[in-house]
Amino acid sequence: MMLFMLLFSRQGKLRLQKWYVAHPDKLKKKITRELITTILARKPKMCSFLEWKDCKIVYKRYASLYFCCAVEQNDNELLTLEIIHRYVELLDKYFGSVCELDIIFNFEKAYFILDELLIGGEIQETSKKNVLKAIAAQDVLQEVSTPEDNYEL
Amino acid sequence: MDNFRSLQNENIKKIIKRKLPAVFQVCHWNRLKTKGSQKHGTSSGRWDERASGLHFGYQKFKEAEIKRINKELANIRSKFKGDKTLDGYQKKKYVCKLLFIFLLGHDIDFGHMEAVNLLSSNKYSEKQIGYLFISVLVNTNSDLIKLIIQSIKNDLQSRNPIHVNLALQCIANIGSRDMAEAFSNEIPKLLVSGDTMDVVKQSAALCLLRLFRTCPEIIPGGEWTSRIIHLLNDQHMGVVTAATSLIDALVKKNPEEYKGCVSLAVSRLSRIVTASYTDLQDYTYYFVPAPWLSVKLLRLLQNYNPVTEDPGVRGRLNECLETILNKAQEPPKSKKVQHSNAKNAVLFEAINLIIHSDSEPGLLVRACNQLGQFLSNRETNLRYLALESMCHLATSEFSHEAVKKHQEVVILSMKMEKDVSVRQQAVDLLYAMCDRSNAEEIVQEMLNYLETADYSIREEMVLKVAILAEKYATDYTWYVDVILNLIRIAGDYVSEEVWYRVIQIVINRDEVQGYAAKTVFEALQAPACHENMVKVGGYILGEFGNLIAGDSRSAPIVQFKLLHSKYHLCSSMTRALLLSTYIKFINLFPEIRSNIQDVFRQHSNLRSADAELQQRASEYLQLSIVASTDVLATVLEEMPSFPERESSILAVLKKKKPGRVPENEIRESKSPLPTQNNTQVNNHKSNNVSSNADLLGLSTPPSNVNSNQGTLIDVLGDIYSNGNAAVHNAKKFIFKNNGVLFENDLIQIGVKSEYRQNLGRLGLFYGNKTQTVLQNFTPVLIWSAENALKLNVQIKPVEPTLEAGAQIQQMLTAECIEDYSDTPSIDISFRYNGVQQKVNVKLPLTLNKFFEPTEMNGESFFSRWKNLGGEQQRAQRVFKAQQPLDLPAARNKLLGFGMQLLDGIDPNPDNMVCAGIIHTQGQQVGCLLRLEPNRQAQMFRLTIRSSKESVTSEVAELLVDQF
Repeated sequence: MMLFMLLFSRQGKLRLQKWYVAHPDKLKKKITRELITTILARKPKMCSFLEWKDCKIVYKRYASLYFCCAVEQNDNELLTLEIIHRYVELLDKYFGSVCELDIIFNFEKAYFILDELLIGGEIQETSKKNVLKAIAAQDVLQEVSTPEDNYEL
Repeated sequence: MDNFRSLQNENIKKIIKRKLPAVFQVCHWNRLKTKGSQKHGTSSGRWDERASGLHFGYQKFKEAEIKRINKELANIRSKFKGDKTLDGYQKKKYVCKLLFIFLLGHDIDFGHMEAVNLLSSNKYSEKQIGYLFISVLVNTNSDLIKLIIQSIKNDLQSRNPIHVNLALQCIANIGSRDMAEAFSNEIPKLLVSGDTMDVVKQSAALCLLRLFRTCPEIIPGGEWTSRIIHLLNDQHMGVVTAATSLIDALVKKNPEEYKGCVSLAVSRLSRIVTASYTDLQDYTYYFVPAPWLSVKLLRLLQNYNPVTEDPGVRGRLNECLETILNKAQEPPKSKKVQHSNAKNAVLFEAINLIIHSDSEPGLLVRACNQLGQFLSNRETNLRYLALESMCHLATSEFSHEAVKKHQEVVILSMKMEKDVSVRQQAVDLLYAMCDRSNAEEIVQEMLNYLETADYSIREEMVLKVAILAEKYATDYTWYVDVILNLIRIAGDYVSEEVWYRVIQIVINRDEVQGYAAKTVFEALQAPACHENMVKVGGYILGEFGNLIAGDSRSAPIVQFKLLHSKYHLCSSMTRALLLSTYIKFINLFPEIRSNIQDVFRQHSNLRSADAELQQRASEYLQLSIVASTDVLATVLEEMPSFPERESSILAVLKKKKPGRVPENEIRESKSPLPTQNNTQVNNHKSNNVSSNADLLGLSTPPSNVNSNQGTLIDVLGDIYSNGNAAVHNAKKFIFKNNGVLFENDLIQIGVKSEYRQNLGRLGLFYGNKTQTVLQNFTPVLIWSAENALKLNVQIKPVEPTLEAGAQIQQMLTAECIEDYSDTPSIDISFRYNGVQQKVNVKLPLTLNKFFEPTEMNGESFFSRWKNLGGEQQRAQRVFKAQQPLDLPAARNKLLGFGMQLLDGIDPNPDNMVCAGIIHTQGQQVGCLLRLEPNRQAQMFRLTIRSSKESVTSEVAELLVDQF
């Protein structure tokens, strides 16, 4: 089971966080801080897995963004890497060549896509097509229900 | 999605505008993929211009950002509170802004109600944002949960699967007990009902799993069991994948009930592994058919051992496993790392199952050969996992020999890998594959590597080498050599347990004693040798020096001079041990008695600042003068054998790595040492040992090494459970001597102290709470030269590196020369992840530590009280009680303060009086105290009288406002 997923930039700025275990905010912040510093200190050729407290960390860098997951001791590390990759593929397909800014400004979409991929820390749907279909259906519903939306400030 | 982008264009960019350079700095416009051009309306060009137009420092941006955000928050707050009711769109807009601000790292403490309202909106986009806010910002135990349950119920009943899924995702995201109770009917029904759509089933399975984890009663038993198991046969791969996760958790709870899943899982697995990659369409991932489902099924089967008793099922499973091993050998269908990762993920999980069953020698050996190939793979990840997996294979009797074939490659990995975590795995594997046949070689290689090994793994390696050497020693001279080499190469990392253990073994085995004495004697001749070597050398020569005394090169006087040449370079603890060695020499070698007595004389007087050493020297001196040869011989007889027990080092290693005990399989669990039931008791002698080890209680004698280690680890263990912001407790230490002095996220500083007359000893324990090494760790004593004339504080240097999770100890001695105010502090600086950190901690060395409590009766108390009536001898303070006035607590504090609490002297039973003497080098200052509580006013009146004005006022200062 995945315990949490963090997306952060090379500069150490957290971009997205998803927790599958309940922690108080303070602890979440502490964990985040610790992991960001630990991972940013690692060199590119190093192993993508590390033992951390009583769980395993699996991380991968895509351009300026680090994707970092904590999984349980007996989870499969390689496949966790591929969960990350699948998520990146989904973002990429949805946004069309995704960049860090897409995630900053469309964080809600990033969350919706993640929710279609994983629930409660377990993979729900591995098919890229099916996830994108579900997201497209949401988008249709959004537009149908809010035809008059025209944002002005 | 464009809705929000328009929000972004106007609104967010407004937020961002001021902090743009900061954002800019962190964005770098790096694309995740480099293909394609800017697709979005936000042109980087425009932002660039703005960014370059501003030349603030980062701090300014930060301030500007905070200012801007506070303004925005105030605006949103006023909108929410305002008279005008907001429509759904506006609510959504502001809730969305709040989320954005939260994700930027700011705390959000309002907006929850508005989000809850959005849940019942009939516009999907509003509902969705409401749900998102709830899942991101609401805690499990929030009161809001009750409010949202009704909205979720409505959505669960919706005919639109998208709404149902939104609700399910929300339940799973929160996953609280309230949720479990509220939906314990609906969700199981959704899962197995025939009309539920596949997408909903998938979500329902995982949602149920999440609730089951919080609240196991939620799963209905009976007929539901088989319906849930049969989800493994579902047509839809997504449903099967999700259901397998659920079943895996259910099986863990109740293996018998769900046993039926085994054959279904094997059939499913069999269909997948024999499928061609085109069969499964979108469930094929980079040419690997359904890797996630395969891995989950393989995991599910690992819950049973044996997996199955049905030979047919077992046969099919073995076929599957063979197919997976075969496929691993096939040439890759793609060069992409995803292909190899997915394929190998399945392979590793299959190997896990093979190891778990541990019944198919053929498969085990094949698995081992497969992993052996990975040891020289280009991918660091694969090498890491192969080493890890082989560790498990090494513990199986079927594959142990096969693992050993790869010894050379593993040794190379240990030496050459660039990543320390991979090197660590190699060390673990070497440890696991070690047996009697290869022990000498592996131990030698580990010793060689130790000289250059990373600091972070040295201590553990030392333990491993020590264990292997002990476990597989056939020749104990080899064992002694290994341990002495350990001390020579990595003396700093040789913990007490290791050198205690070598002494225990030498004492218990006659045949090695002469060799040990000779070897330590030679080792001590090195111009610089580690203090641990001096300890072992001192102890062994004290016991067995006579065995080598026949040789003129190691004659008694030579041995003594050699040891004594190290004396001045050692810590007091080692010095104390050496003094014991010397007195033992008097017994072994009466001819050098006068030389030794000279040394005792030197250290028995005030020149030795350490009270323990002084006492030891003078007692040993007296013993050597007073006692007859017979008495001496009895008192100083050779140490009795230690009782046999599990190697204490092994216990330390297990504690060091909970959850991941490196296995060196205990097939022959017999201890290599013969059991000796020699319980010869010799009080004085055991005193001799334990007193040197038990110096001030800062260390423990060999016999309870385990418990000692336990407490140290516990100190660190606690940190993770309640690690919080910095805690600095100096004030409390006026009333106590031991405890946690300071704590923040990075380090914990504990103190143990003991005082005798005008002397004090403090042990400071620095614990590294982080996962990384603290570099340049330097504690510096801050105590002015002027103050040092009154209180002389000596501090021992410490190692400049503090390993992750480790604790080091620093000793301080203090000598009170005359009374003083203020207290010394320590500036601790270190580098954490390249960032310089600084911590200043006041030491609990207050004047009252040098109090000696004085018992006296009422009469003498009052006569002294009256005598000390002069203006300069009195001090009085009146102060408010801190909490509601608590007299028992006040009494406790006074008891810890160091003076004698005298009962029955003051006519008013509420009043407390105390007496004590402060010891300084030059004089002793008597001091009296009276503390009068006033319950009505909740006040205290404190009176101090002493013969010295400065003492009077300092004691009063220390105690004022403390009750």
